[in-house]
Amino acid sequence: MPLIPLAHFEINRLQILDEHGNLDESLEPQLSPEQLLRLYRVMWLAREGDQRMLKLQRQGRVGTFGPTTGQEAPPAATALAMTERDWFVGAFRELSGMLMRGMPLASHYLFHNGWEEGNVFDAPRTLPISIIVGAQTLHAVGLAYAAKMRGERDAAAVTFFGDGATSEGDFHEALNFAGVWQAPVVFVCQNNQWAISIPRRRQTRAETLAQKAIAHGVPAIQVDGNDPLAVYSAAKEALDRAHAGGGPTLIEAVTYRLMMHTTSDDPTRYREETEVAEWWKRDPLVRFRKYLERKGLWNDERQAALEEEIRREVEEAVRTLEAATGFPLDAPFEHVLGTKHEAIERQRAEFLAARREERHG
Amino acid sequence: MAKLNMVQALNLALRQEMERDQSVVVLGEDVGRDGGVFRVTDGLLDQFGEARVIDTPLAESGILGTSIGMALGGLRPVAEMQFCGFSYLMLPQLEGHASRYRSRTHGRYTVPLVVRVPYGGGVRALEHHSEAPETFYARIPGVKVVVPSGPRNARALLVSAIRDPDPVVFLEPKRSYRAFREEVPEEEETLPIGRAQVVTDGTDLTLVSWGAMMRPALQAAEAVRQRRGASLEVLDLLTLAPLDVATLVASFRKTGRGVVVQEGPRTLGPAAEIIARVNDDALSFLEAPIRRVTGWDVVTPYFQREEAYLPSAERIERAIEETLDDK
Repeated sequence: MPLIPLAHFEINRLQILDEHGNLDESLEPQLSPEQLLRLYRVMWLAREGDQRMLKLQRQGRVGTFGPTTGQEAPPAATALAMTERDWFVGAFRELSGMLMRGMPLASHYLFHNGWEEGNVFDAPRTLPISIIVGAQTLHAVGLAYAAKMRGERDAAAVTFFGDGATSEGDFHEALNFAGVWQAPVVFVCQNNQWAISIPRRRQTRAETLAQKAIAHGVPAIQVDGNDPLAVYSAAKEALDRAHAGGGPTLIEAVTYRLMMHTTSDDPTRYREETEVAEWWKRDPLVRFRKYLERKGLWNDERQAALEEEIRREVEEAVRTLEAATGFPLDAPFEHVLGTKHEAIERQRAEFLAARREERHG
Repeated sequence: MAKLNMVQALNLALRQEMERDQSVVVLGEDVGRDGGVFRVTDGLLDQFGEARVIDTPLAESGILGTSIGMALGGLRPVAEMQFCGFSYLMLPQLEGHASRYRSRTHGRYTVPLVVRVPYGGGVRALEHHSEAPETFYARIPGVKVVVPSGPRNARALLVSAIRDPDPVVFLEPKRSYRAFREEVPEEEETLPIGRAQVVTDGTDLTLVSWGAMMRPALQAAEAVRQRRGASLEVLDLLTLAPLDVATLVASFRKTGRGVVVQEGPRTLGPAAEIIARVNDDALSFLEAPIRRVTGWDVVTPYFQREEAYLPSAERIERAIEETLDDK
């Protein structure tokens, strides 16, 4: 008997704005000048905030962190497509998206200096960074389930993760649960080509990361992750589908990690500088600026004003960081449980007594 | 009052909490149509529907990970791990996230959920179905670990666990599921988490245990009481984390002698911690070393070899006698 083909799949790639700033007008999303300028501003703030933080870290003024330079487009453009009712569930390279949600830059600095106080900010439905690779994707599915069950039709959950995470079990479990439940989730893979020293081609034999969703019955698309318009369009379509009860979507945003994995990492041990230089030519900020200029929304004068404004904003965040010395050291005892327990309170007292002795001894 | 076994008592707690609070949902493998492999969730699907009684795909990390999201999103999930031997797959989500959201966000985001885990031996099952792994869970800061010992306290503790603001690992001793019945009132009953119960008052020796080991422990205590008229104080811990140190210390200060009974392997088990805490605060009151009756440091045997492995009333009795006889 002949073999009968049972299923056919294809993965499409979306690009609207190429690396030279050329636009495919037929695909251009309907964004207002205010939205476009807001997106550009947030990406700039993320870039400058990141680069300033790198200097602070090298001076020992802030702790270890994972730089986000080069990856401003996927989180920021996705966040632009989100409503206040949607959940933002990131990994640890989504600074631009968290800024778009309303997190102050200073919060990012504080958290990376070991102050959880940096995770207490007013942005709506925005979870703190998640360091265990891929784990947070499941939280997004649960949040989406809860939103759906409670009849919140305008709420979906958007979760971010890297190319490495697509090898983790939790990622596959999350896609599978989301598919079965038709949960309103948008999975955004920031494929930045490198999981510390492991290049994309050694992470998986699959041609695209997007196709990993197909096995779970979840629609998927690959987008140029350095094209903010493509990311926005794909995210908007996925969110509209989720809000309308159409279930989850996976978006693979192809981008590049221009910096080290974290400040503890030395990428010269495993990748060629020529490759990095090639990707600098596809810088999303440069491309987006050209687009804004062609639309008559931007010029050198405005750029100079923006850079000055952002420089001041970043310095203000640095001042907030450096002023933060008075947070109580026994906060971990305060927040370990939601109820008070004698055995833990005793340890807190022991800890505080030991601190006093160390200071006076 | 109805006489219920532990399975029925847990079912009652789930049903009443789901009636009381729309945000309580139950999820896990086979918890819906099948009512759970031990039938603890029997009938819930028919009463509350598929949205609140969720048969999940077969993935333990997925079950806990999505439960975390549900809890962050305002639900009160009660997840079931089918057997303790498979529960380790949830450990990264429990240790990495469920236990930490409160601390990580200073209370802005919290994870009130319950993970029910059928645990321990004594049901003559196959490999991976008989371990007592409380030690893995009870040492995670930010997680509470509760172990009921009978139908009535199981019901009351599960109600408390569902209402608790923190993640609670609720270890259900499989051997006690259908072993005996107790009067369980229809009207609401809770028990405080973090508090041990003094089952019998005594002055000569403190006998400490929890979960399925309470039955052989009580048998042994009764035998010794009858044989030599000793006055034994029996403590049922009920919560392993956070430990009720105050009750333990008060009892050992009174009796000066004690035995701790633990089903799982000896090394780094709760018994070691209990003895250390008593030593911290009551060493000068002790008249004899505290003895442990525990499982052995071997891979938990199953079926034919299992009964020989589990601490028996006879072993406990012997340890009590020896501790009472210590000069």
